[in-house]
Amino acid sequence: MALNTLEFHVKIDEGTKSVDRPIHLGVVGSGDMEVLMEPKDLKGSVSVKIVTPVTGFDELWKRVVETFVSETLLGDVHLEINDNNATPAVVLLRLRQAFAEATGE
Amino acid sequence: MSTNGTEKKWDRRSADTAERMAAAARFIGPGKQFKPEDTVALLEAVIRPGDRVNIEGNNQKQADFLAECLNKVDKSKIHDLHMVQSAVPLPVHLDLFETGIAKKLDFAFGGPQAGRVAQFIREGKMELGAIHTYLELFSRYFLDLTPKVSLICAYKADRKGNLYTGFNTEDTPTIVEATKFSQGIVIAQVNEIVDELPRVDIPADWIDAVVQSPKPFFIEPLFTRDPALITDNQILLAMLCLKGIYAEYEVKRLNHGIGFLTSAIELMLPTYGNELGLKGKICTHMALNPHPTMIPAIEDGWVEQIHCFGGELGMEKFVAAHPDVFFVGPDGSLRSNRAYSQAAGQFACDMFIGGTLQIDKYGNSSTATANRVAGFGGAPNMGSDSHGRRHSTEAWLKCGAEQPTLDRTLGNMPRGKKLVVQGVETFGEGRQPVFVEELDAWKLAKNANLPLPPVMIYADDLTHIVTEEGIAYLNRAPDIEARMAAIRAVAGYTEIGLKADPAETKRLREQRIVMTPEDLGVDRKRADRSMLAARSIQDLVTWSGGLYNPPARFRNW
Repeated sequence: MALNTLEFHVKIDEGTKSVDRPIHLGVVGSGDMEVLMEPKDLKGSVSVKIVTPVTGFDELWKRVVETFVSETLLGDVHLEINDNNATPAVVLLRLRQAFAEATGE
Repeated sequence: MSTNGTEKKWDRRSADTAERMAAAARFIGPGKQFKPEDTVALLEAVIRPGDRVNIEGNNQKQADFLAECLNKVDKSKIHDLHMVQSAVPLPVHLDLFETGIAKKLDFAFGGPQAGRVAQFIREGKMELGAIHTYLELFSRYFLDLTPKVSLICAYKADRKGNLYTGFNTEDTPTIVEATKFSQGIVIAQVNEIVDELPRVDIPADWIDAVVQSPKPFFIEPLFTRDPALITDNQILLAMLCLKGIYAEYEVKRLNHGIGFLTSAIELMLPTYGNELGLKGKICTHMALNPHPTMIPAIEDGWVEQIHCFGGELGMEKFVAAHPDVFFVGPDGSLRSNRAYSQAAGQFACDMFIGGTLQIDKYGNSSTATANRVAGFGGAPNMGSDSHGRRHSTEAWLKCGAEQPTLDRTLGNMPRGKKLVVQGVETFGEGRQPVFVEELDAWKLAKNANLPLPPVMIYADDLTHIVTEEGIAYLNRAPDIEARMAAIRAVAGYTEIGLKADPAETKRLREQRIVMTPEDLGVDRKRADRSMLAARSIQDLVTWSGGLYNPPARFRNW
């Protein structure tokens, strides 16, 4: 299956919050995904790399990640997602779980 | 028979039946038995062109041998039958229309043959009477769609022709009652003929002929959900349902269907349910099939009583060991009955909860797709407010009292309302959005020449939508504008959801018309499989003390 790679940055104006340590969460099972979240000096921005079999949903990915970043006030973090057809609901759930684990919140 | 309109003759039906049975007499021996190899000839003797014929079969047991034999009749003798039956899940049910043996169909559920139903209607091979709900179709069996001949199935017959339908009694009593008491003809296929039955479910004098089929009837373990396949997101939705709806309204009497969300809820009663202190306050009386995922909750003492539509393969011994909970006969085995369970679902339940493929911006929902005439089985009955209901319960009163505009139709008169809940993830299989501008049901209506789009649950019956974004309490919305805004607020990243106005969503949250997981105090981080009381089929076997005997395909050990 051809994989589609998406790379973009998200930056929000408000205060930012990084993670203490690299976190890996989830598995690339059907309908699921894994996320790697690691601290990285990006001048307050979040860099995102998504590898997914799904095409035509680039805008949706961006919206979902933007929502996550703005609700967590995340910054100076690199996010890597290996996706296997996760729905936006699953994506947000995994991201929030990884963030909770990385920040102890 | 005279056709003179002035002659008074009031037994034409029984005379006609007697004539047909006389033609079939040479095939029928003692105990009303006939040989499998005579089945086609017997059907040719008792069925006439244009007859209304029922083939028993719902989504579980199937009179498959008789259905196959009906396909082999000489169609110069038998043609243009009007099939009136619950479901058409087997290929042979549709083959009848391919060959011209049958012409018209009135049914409730299409299942795997739904695509062919749509195609045959388009090609003119099938005339569709109507798509019904189960109760609606059963009702018509007693008025204007009474079968002349019914082909039914049972586990066992005795030497007199009494039948044991046992665990999977399902639709049989309804079909037989309608057919036999209108002087029709009832033919039964059974798996075996024995000297003594465990109990009599259908008496011999309601049956005209019995055949031991060459192999046992087909039965589908349709209500077995493997806990291993339940996702974290379904667990999040289940947490929202339990806290935001079950606990909020103290729903004691309800129906659960086939979905993974309700399976997750069942498996979380002994965990999250106990943590919330809900035992005895919710889920005490249920109309449902004997779902294996109910085992932990039953063992943990949650449920007082369950009535079943049908059986479920592998649950025989577990049910027999819990006669306080299930309806069992003097022999100890389950007596299911679809008509009574559907009636309980419609009139005695305070809540229906289910899933769907699509919900439109107004809250109408349907599982119809553009090219499949599937029908909805029992969901529209159970998933609708029962306007004939007059008894009160806390949950029903509270749901009704929350409606801000009841006075516009009833003045100062209070009235309860059934909770009708759709639990969905905003995107379903293949990332298809569940929330849509217009249901595919409109396209299906056009493609299959239906008089109106097949809607499973109408917006005015739907009281709650649960998604990963939270709960829309539609019963609290004052008007359709607020209702639509509440739907947008829980529609996530679908096109409908992206139109949500954050300021409006905030107002709806303040008015408790929309509640997010955070508003409800549901911790998303805890939404994982450790919430499930059983995480595999094997765990269910363990919970059951070895009484649950899962079908081979669910065994991986």
